[in-house]
Amino acid sequence: MLAPVLFFLFAAVAIAASIGTLLARNPVNSALSLIVNLLAVASLYLTLNAAFIGIVQVLVYAGAIMVLFLFVIMLLNLEATPVLEAIDKRILAGYAGGTLLLGAITYLLARGLGALPTFEIAESAAATGTPRALALNLFTTYALPFELIGLLLLVATIGAVMIAKKRFV
Amino acid sequence: MDITFYFPPLADYVATFPMLVLAVAALLCVVVDIFYNDAKGVAILAGASLLVTLLFEAARLSLPPAKALYGMVYVGGTASLVNMTILFSGFLTVLIAQPYLKRLGRNYGEVYALLLVAVVGMMALGSAANLLTLFAGLETMSVCLYILTALVREKDGAIESALKYFLLGAFSTGFLLYGIALIYGATGTMDLSDFADRLASTNAGVMFWGGTALLLVGFFFKVSAVPFHMWTPDVYQGAPTPISGFMATASKTSAFAAMVLVLGRALPSAQWQTTVAIVALLSMVIGNFVALAQSNVKRMLAYSSIAHAGYVLTGIASATPEGYAGALYYLLVYTVMNVGAFGVLAYLEHDNRQGDTQTVDSLAGTGQRYPLLGVVMAVCLFSLLGFPPLAGFFGKVYVFGPAVKSGLAWLAVAGVLTSAVSAAYYLRVLYVMWMKPSPDDAVAPQFEGVPPLAAVALAGCAAFLLLLTFTPWVMDAAVAFFRDVPAAIVSLP
Amino acid sequence: MEPITLNWYLALSAVLFIIGVLGVLLRRNAIVILMSVEIMLNAVNLSLVAISQALGETSGQILVFFVMSVAAAEAAIGLALVIALFRRKTSVDVQTLSLFRR
Repeated sequence: MLAPVLFFLFAAVAIAASIGTLLARNPVNSALSLIVNLLAVASLYLTLNAAFIGIVQVLVYAGAIMVLFLFVIMLLNLEATPVLEAIDKRILAGYAGGTLLLGAITYLLARGLGALPTFEIAESAAATGTPRALALNLFTTYALPFELIGLLLLVATIGAVMIAKKRFV
Repeated sequence: MDITFYFPPLADYVATFPMLVLAVAALLCVVVDIFYNDAKGVAILAGASLLVTLLFEAARLSLPPAKALYGMVYVGGTASLVNMTILFSGFLTVLIAQPYLKRLGRNYGEVYALLLVAVVGMMALGSAANLLTLFAGLETMSVCLYILTALVREKDGAIESALKYFLLGAFSTGFLLYGIALIYGATGTMDLSDFADRLASTNAGVMFWGGTALLLVGFFFKVSAVPFHMWTPDVYQGAPTPISGFMATASKTSAFAAMVLVLGRALPSAQWQTTVAIVALLSMVIGNFVALAQSNVKRMLAYSSIAHAGYVLTGIASATPEGYAGALYYLLVYTVMNVGAFGVLAYLEHDNRQGDTQTVDSLAGTGQRYPLLGVVMAVCLFSLLGFPPLAGFFGKVYVFGPAVKSGLAWLAVAGVLTSAVSAAYYLRVLYVMWMKPSPDDAVAPQFEGVPPLAAVALAGCAAFLLLLTFTPWVMDAAVAFFRDVPAAIVSLP
Repeated sequence: MEPITLNWYLALSAVLFIIGVLGVLLRRNAIVILMSVEIMLNAVNLSLVAISQALGETSGQILVFFVMSVAAAEAAIGLALVIALFRRKTSVDVQTLSLFRR
């Protein structure tokens, strides 16, 4: 009986935090709202019994990636630059249009997705969310994309140094 | 299932041999560069690894297509053809780029490593049999290209164009990924060859077609088809010229090949055919007409590459195996023509800014001063234009013919008409190069003469295009091979 | 209270995705645009995990791993580009990208 309460609680937090990211004038506030959003989504993973993904979300996303963001914002000292963005009509129209689109899509989803398999959290065994189940597939069936992602992380490291280092020799 | 020591079967190592060789060579490039800065050996290592894999893929060209590594990639047959196109582009780019990078002071091992890893990603994307491989390959390729665009970061525009490319690319990745998620939800599988069966048994229309539409948005962005082309001119203009040639050819080839794999085999055609046809029409019209108005040569070639994306999409829009085979042939020819054209431009640069201020008029008289470059440019541009006996002409026949057969005659007519428009800007370049005398205050290009290996590569481009047309046995072999390609596409496991 | 079905997760994911799209389209600060892309990827991850758990099939969650790695790589590259841009222009406003308009 607790599950629906938890879902709606975390969903509300996630939506509110992502809107906060969108609207905050100061990039630091945007980043902090994004962290709240990521933590709320991590909690939603836990309500889905996807424990391992939830923990990785906290460690990698909210932990590593967002620290990088905050670090760069602080490094560039963006607070010192004028963050006030002039509100022009185009942007206002964009927000209005976006809100309409949001409503339309939510409505469509509420109506059109009836064909999907019904799924209740209580029924889902935690079996597919465990590290063991994931690892068995990740290191056998999906070994090739896994290696590719490894290469990707390597070139991203090389590239970040090439682009941002003060003098590249 | 017990976790025991696990080794993939030997056949999988053989199947992924090209990717393994290139990945190891990329790592070696970085390591060697630490000890020997600016070493010629790094470029040789990169070129040699590409050549070895190219020959390896050529050897399995005639094998029947099969899946490898638990159904993650296709090997042999059409997958080999796509990989060969990508590897050929990479090989020519290494030959052309080495002296160029040396002049820029950017002859780093890292650049070759990025190029090789990009090729690995492209090969995975172009022969993906599973949406996970497709995504991993696409991202590996894209991240390498973002970095290569920003290579000469002191220059005005390099960082800006890389950032623009990056932001739009990451944005389009979001759409592609959402498409994958919706398709996964509708079919319950990531395996391309299972889609048809799953769709026959379930009824998840809205979700599946929504997913396909989002996936197409991601692909259209990567091949720079018209509503999603805004990044292309800026990025090609801002990147080092040989790298622009590489991006324009290899990345498009792999993205189109993935599109053929997803659309052609996995999905029924009636629903997306019109959309692709309209995008093809827009790309041809807008690409060619905007190219007319460009004074900058690299920008003009960028818009021309948008138009060529439209020609390839025409073949895909026909939704028949013949159309797909035509698209693959067109990509092969297009790769050689464009690497050649960008390579010639690289060696005619004199603005010391990687050609991003180089206007068409500044090429006056270069044809007579550098006959080799002039001739190569003439062959490549005539072929891009689709001038009758050249390889580009047959490419257009192979993509427009199937379109007519499947009832898209209007699209083929539009293609022929816009090709005629393209003559105006291609021929203007040749006119300026060969007919106009060079002005008295002409600035000499930064290269006096072309370095030997780059000259060989450029001459090789022209020779390839001519051989494909004027040597009967090469032409016969090509015709025979491409006659079997539709059957090979249909019979993919 | 009726139990939560897959549709609720997908609807939430769609809402978050649209908010991310709006952020990319409407904000001008390159770092905030990058964060909005992260919101988009995160929304897709939510869909993937929900579908994967509903189907009892792991490949969706494995894709989520890859997306997280890609997000990390993209954040590294994107922030490096932002730093390089800031050094040249002392601004991270995407409207200052002149991009050959001369």
